[in-house]
Amino acid sequence: MADQEIKMQFGEVAGRFSDSALKVGNPKMTIEGLNFYYGNIQALKEIDLDIEKYNVTALIGPSGCGKSTFLRTLNRMNETISGTRMEGIVRLDGVDIYRDIKDVSAVRTRVGMVFQKSNPFPKSIFENVAYGLRVNGISDKSIVRQAVEETLHRAYLWDEVKDKLERSAYMLSGGQQQRLCIARALAVRPEVLLMDEPASALDPLSTSKIEDLIGELKKNYTIVIVTHNMQQAARISDFTAFFYEGRMVEFGPTTLLFTKPVKKQTEDYITGRFG
Amino acid sequence: MNFYNFKPKSRIRDFIVEKFIMLNALTALIVILLIFIFIFKESIPIFTNHKVQQEAGLDKLIFKQQYYQGREPKWSWQPNSDVPKYSLLPLFLGTIKAAIVAMLFAVPLAVGAAIYSSEFAGRRAREFIKPIIELLAGIPSVVLGFFALIVLASILQSLSGFTYRLNAINAGIALGIAIIPIIFTIAEDAMTSVPQSLREAAMALGANPWQISFTVVLPAALPGIAAGIVLGFGRAIGETMIVLMASGNAAIISGGFTEPIRTLSATIAAELAEVVFGSAHYNVLFFIGTLLFVFTFFVNLGGELVLNRLKERLQGRSK
Amino acid sequence: MNDHVQNAGAVDDRFTASYKSGPKTSGVVPKFLTLAAVIIIVAMLAVILIVTLHGGIGILSWDFLSSPPENGMEAGGIFPAIFGTVALVMLMVITGVPVGVMTAIYLHEYTRPDSKVTRLIRVAINNLAGVPSIVFGLFGLGFFIGFIGTGIDSALFAGGRPVWGQPAIIWAALTLALLTLPVVIISTEEALRAVPREIKDASYALGASKLQTIRRVILPQALPGILTGAILAISRGAGEVAPIMFTGAAYYLPYLPHKLNDQFMELGYHVYVMATQSPDVEKTKPILYGTVLVLLTLTFLLNFIAIFIRSRLRIRRVHG
Repeated sequence: MADQEIKMQFGEVAGRFSDSALKVGNPKMTIEGLNFYYGNIQALKEIDLDIEKYNVTALIGPSGCGKSTFLRTLNRMNETISGTRMEGIVRLDGVDIYRDIKDVSAVRTRVGMVFQKSNPFPKSIFENVAYGLRVNGISDKSIVRQAVEETLHRAYLWDEVKDKLERSAYMLSGGQQQRLCIARALAVRPEVLLMDEPASALDPLSTSKIEDLIGELKKNYTIVIVTHNMQQAARISDFTAFFYEGRMVEFGPTTLLFTKPVKKQTEDYITGRFG
Repeated sequence: MNFYNFKPKSRIRDFIVEKFIMLNALTALIVILLIFIFIFKESIPIFTNHKVQQEAGLDKLIFKQQYYQGREPKWSWQPNSDVPKYSLLPLFLGTIKAAIVAMLFAVPLAVGAAIYSSEFAGRRAREFIKPIIELLAGIPSVVLGFFALIVLASILQSLSGFTYRLNAINAGIALGIAIIPIIFTIAEDAMTSVPQSLREAAMALGANPWQISFTVVLPAALPGIAAGIVLGFGRAIGETMIVLMASGNAAIISGGFTEPIRTLSATIAAELAEVVFGSAHYNVLFFIGTLLFVFTFFVNLGGELVLNRLKERLQGRSK
Repeated sequence: MNDHVQNAGAVDDRFTASYKSGPKTSGVVPKFLTLAAVIIIVAMLAVILIVTLHGGIGILSWDFLSSPPENGMEAGGIFPAIFGTVALVMLMVITGVPVGVMTAIYLHEYTRPDSKVTRLIRVAINNLAGVPSIVFGLFGLGFFIGFIGTGIDSALFAGGRPVWGQPAIIWAALTLALLTLPVVIISTEEALRAVPREIKDASYALGASKLQTIRRVILPQALPGILTGAILAISRGAGEVAPIMFTGAAYYLPYLPHKLNDQFMELGYHVYVMATQSPDVEKTKPILYGTVLVLLTLTFLLNFIAIFIRSRLRIRRVHG
């Protein structure tokens, strides 16, 4: 298939969700000069990026290019791995989340995360969603109950689980478990939601449910999503950043990046020449 | 949508709890040090107290002593006689004899069974053998001592006509039964850790299972098997109840194995009950304890070093 | 071209010929020998069990288990020894298991595997596991009784008869707790390793602190493994005699231990003294066998339960 045709296909798909939400110049998070090291190996090199508020920013690139590592620097989850080092600044609403916020919990309750393979706790559905509230000091039964109900609604899961809240989360299907994890992350009312290939382990039907959910969520949240599925990135994101070997090669509005990429590397990746 | 205003987490309480956990974690380390300190402490008079040294100084523990006028100097352990005798040699001899018998008995059985389990047995057989060994390991040593004293000794005596019912062989065999599990476990572990890639290379060249075991697996696992044997030996040296009950408890010097023996550990157990607190006898018993502790300490350190090195080497190769 | 093929065929024949005749050592003899080793071991275990069962089953009865000994151990039962053993291991578990669990948590969740402290603690644990049990007995005598107990006495009572500076169930229990510490630590560490990284990540991502994650996610998941360790420790502690000989066990007591500084009767110690110091061995033989049977049954039962829990754990882990 000729390159031109491929880009046109992306052009048709891209921007399906992103029409009205494209508000530039209102960054929720800014990343400046980010370098990241696993021991002696440098995984991220001089990343500069703005994450726009109430938009979906997709991170694409071949496997091993550092997108997941980058995602984890946005909520300081990289600190759970020993032997790592970070340079640069990550700001949330202008505040340096590494140097200006003492308690890491305060960052993670504002920047939530959903993981690649769903990872519910071995607890009931209710307790999974309530977990974030409980560990952050909210114990009032009625508040918790209300919050759980509200977020399960938000995650398009309430109808399917409303009469089995006490059952183990492991009884749910893969797609339901992932939506449960999304509800769990939303329960602490974050402002940003980081999603690391949230649908890669799911069947197409569940995947499209989650994509619809993301389209709905971005009205109230800022979303950053890592995906290796370019069509998905083109479908649901407003902005796309292309990562390659630890560098961010190109960043821009999704429609533009997929139809008129500036860098040759981007074009090669999009047209399937590698990766 | 409103955001939550979560209370900041209590850093002081977390800090205190974490320090408490760390302190508890140091227990093992502190205990090892304390054991050495407090056992050695009670044996110091042997080196420092003049009065104790006359009875049980280091030279009296090691060298032949002339206890009675006109008689030959000899090694003898008789702390409760009118002239107290504290030679350690009979006890060392007894300990070694029991350990030798135990090793001769246990090593072929344990290593042989480990080879079978690792190289020949099917999965079901392996899942049968493992619990058997664990059950064997679970038999308290006092039960093995009882068994040797009441049952085994009679069997051996009727089979062989030993003069003495309780002797080194009797205790040695029961001791061997006690150390089979530890040798088996370490040897089998070493053999099953040999990477599959090595076995497959031999298989691809046409070797049958025994050839693979003999030429590839055993040589690779040899350090581990040796470590298992050494650790078993350490265990045999330190074991108390079995020898206390089944060896006849006679501190004599002889070359034979069919006579009663007294081991270092059994001596402590047998004599500590009636010893006078703070006497020379008391000090010597604690000194024997120190010797046992130091010996098993180094045996364990050495065995662990070998096993760690082996693990690194095997895992390196499989990459 | 034909020649080439024919020559290749000749080479093939040479290879197949030697393989067809079979390799030099067929491996039957080694297989037979090593299998014999296994059979001998199994046979020894069977003999011990059968002999014990045969000698002791006759005297086993509810009375035997529930009444005290009479007539210098020639009649009556072994209830005080059972009670003492249970009290002893309960004290041992209460004091020892928390320390062991905390050690494992510290090693696994708080330190890096290659840090100096970790390695030092691990060396200490492995050495502790190899210390002869009589040395533990000496330590109990010299440290707990001679130092701590005597120290408490001089601080609280200043002279007079020793209250804490003498053999007592608490000192024996503490000595056993130290002896079984490695068992608890190793079992707990195995259980901690089995907790999947993903759910720990999920907990941290929601803003939980390390302690909260340990309390709410890690420990509940690791609980069966910790339980296994405790049961194995109990089985080991119930069987050890040398550490308690001088730290509190007694052959005959007219009372049951009810204070921490009481002495106690115990199954293993009972076997030892009865077997070696009975004036009339024949008369006490039935009770001796009976006691051994009870002790053996107890340790085996505990081991079975621990093995069962452990295998259930492994199945659960595979199926998530």
